[in-house]
Amino acid sequence: MIRHAAVPILILAAFLSIGASDRRSGYDDASPETRAMQDDDAANPAFLWVKQGEALWSGGCANCHGDVSLMRGVAARYPAFDLKRDRLMTVEQRINLCRTDHMAAPAYAWDDDRLLALSALVGLQSRGMPLAARPREPFMSEGAALFRERMGQLNMSCAQCHEERAGQRLAGSTIPEGHPNGYPEYRLEWQGMGSLYRRLRNCLNGVRAEVFTPDSREAASLALFLTVRANGMIVETPAVRP
Amino acid sequence: MKLPRRRLVALAAVAAVPRAFATPAEVDGLIRTLVGESPLKDGLVHLDLPVLVENGNAVAMRVSVTDPPSPVESIHVFAEGNPLPVVAVFRFGPRSGVPAVSTRIRLATSQTVIAIARLRDGTCWRDSAEPLVTLAACIE
Amino acid sequence: MVRVLINVPKQVFRSIPFEVKVLISHPMESGQRRDQVGQAIPRDIINHFVCTLDGETVLDADFFPAISANPFLAFSVVAEKSGILALTFVDDQGVTQTETVAVNVA
Ligand code: HEC
Ligand code: HEC
Repeated sequence: MIRHAAVPILILAAFLSIGASDRRSGYDDASPETRAMQDDDAANPAFLWVKQGEALWSGGCANCHGDVSLMRGVAARYPAFDLKRDRLMTVEQRINLCRTDHMAAPAYAWDDDRLLALSALVGLQSRGMPLAARPREPFMSEGAALFRERMGQLNMSCAQCHEERAGQRLAGSTIPEGHPNGYPEYRLEWQGMGSLYRRLRNCLNGVRAEVFTPDSREAASLALFLTVRANGMIVETPAVRP
Repeated sequence: MKLPRRRLVALAAVAAVPRAFATPAEVDGLIRTLVGESPLKDGLVHLDLPVLVENGNAVAMRVSVTDPPSPVESIHVFAEGNPLPVVAVFRFGPRSGVPAVSTRIRLATSQTVIAIARLRDGTCWRDSAEPLVTLAACIE
Repeated sequence: MVRVLINVPKQVFRSIPFEVKVLISHPMESGQRRDQVGQAIPRDIINHFVCTLDGETVLDADFFPAISANPFLAFSVVAEKSGILALTFVDDQGVTQTETVAVNVA
């Protein structure tokens, strides 16, 4: 019991001691051209998804939620714990719950453009705000453990790249600190939009580790850990990354 | 129809080994066809590409002509190391303002990219760039 | 129907060039890629793009597979009076789509 409680406190203390300015967004590691793409909404392809999201929003979500600007601040505190359903959920899962529980509509597949469109639109409302997820236990500790666990055929942990080797080069790209402050984001490598889950899947595949499913507890816990680790950093959604 | 033996051998070679990339010679031939009898000089047209390309799937490119002595008819962009040698052709109409276009292109590898501008007075102008591609475009 | 974003300054001035920015949601499938089972993915690109102002050509472009997915274009227009800017593009299936936006000259 004592050991269990000590871990999260230690982790929290470590994060509270460093301010947002001590952390580097993936934006800072991107080339001037990639940054320029993100800086100009008229040149950022992610806004094609935002536009799609606006149409979907007014065609259903607005009935209950009103203007989408009322979603300001929401994405910045996700993943969040849902007391009623007793589970931790990402913005994408929350949107899908509104579909199934409130709209009698089927959930979107995790990589459906419509889900990306809606989560980009909801995320955009928090752009410029600091991330502020609550370190809910036991998910936070589970996420932290996953971040440090050696996985896959390469037997590497997330931390080995995103803490120990952040800033170093790997096969032509700079290893970023691995912050989730821009999702969903437009990735040049994908030639399209993708969620944080898609990004994690890429990294898991990279070390040839078993990939957990999008609705798994592991995926949500890891997302929570990454977000709390980045708390205080500014939401860039929808970001552009190489 | 009887094909000369040499042509047959060449055809067979093309069929057996599908050529994967354009070549400088191919681009050269296309430019010669485009330019025809006109003089081709370096200058006037600008081809802006990053020196270091982070991801070949989307490379910011700008082509422009500054202070043309005669209206710009078109700008043609060629890539010597892509699967296909032609990237884009831009023709400027009467409602065009500054003769400049920005877009994003795919680059399969580090290579020479060439822009040719054709002016109404018949002159043709050339610029080139040698971007270094660290992560190539997904072209398999 | 593909999604298109057109960005034109709210107000422009007579005879002074202004910039138009365009994003089009399109995979620009190059025809060079293979799917997971090794099958060639057929080429599917926007191959022609035309922008006119009240019917007069601004830009007429041929695109090849080297144009990135979700194409971006920025170019310059000059107007003498308020009018309608029309963007028309054609894909490999021959499908044509036109989007229009008003240009307000001060
Ligand atoms: C029938 C009413 C209804 C509709 C329609 C609806 N929602 Fe909701 N939404 C709710 C309720 C109620 C909640 C509060 C959480 C809960 O109990 O599910 C909520 C919560 C949310 C939240 C989390 C807000 C927060 O503060 O944490 C988001 C994001 C959201 N909805 C997005 C959407 C989107 C996107 C759509 C359209 C696909 C949509 N909703 C459609 C009723 C609705
Ligand atoms: C072998 C090194 C390596 C490992 C191990 C690794 N990553 Fe990554 N990660 C990268 C690189 C490199 C990038 C930058 C993107 C690119 O070009 O691939 C990245 C990008 C990211 C990003 C995106 C950051 C942004 O700005 O959008 C996140 C989030 C991330 N990783 C999380 C993780 C998590 C969580 C794990 C463990 C499950 C992990 N990574 C394991 C190398 C690694």
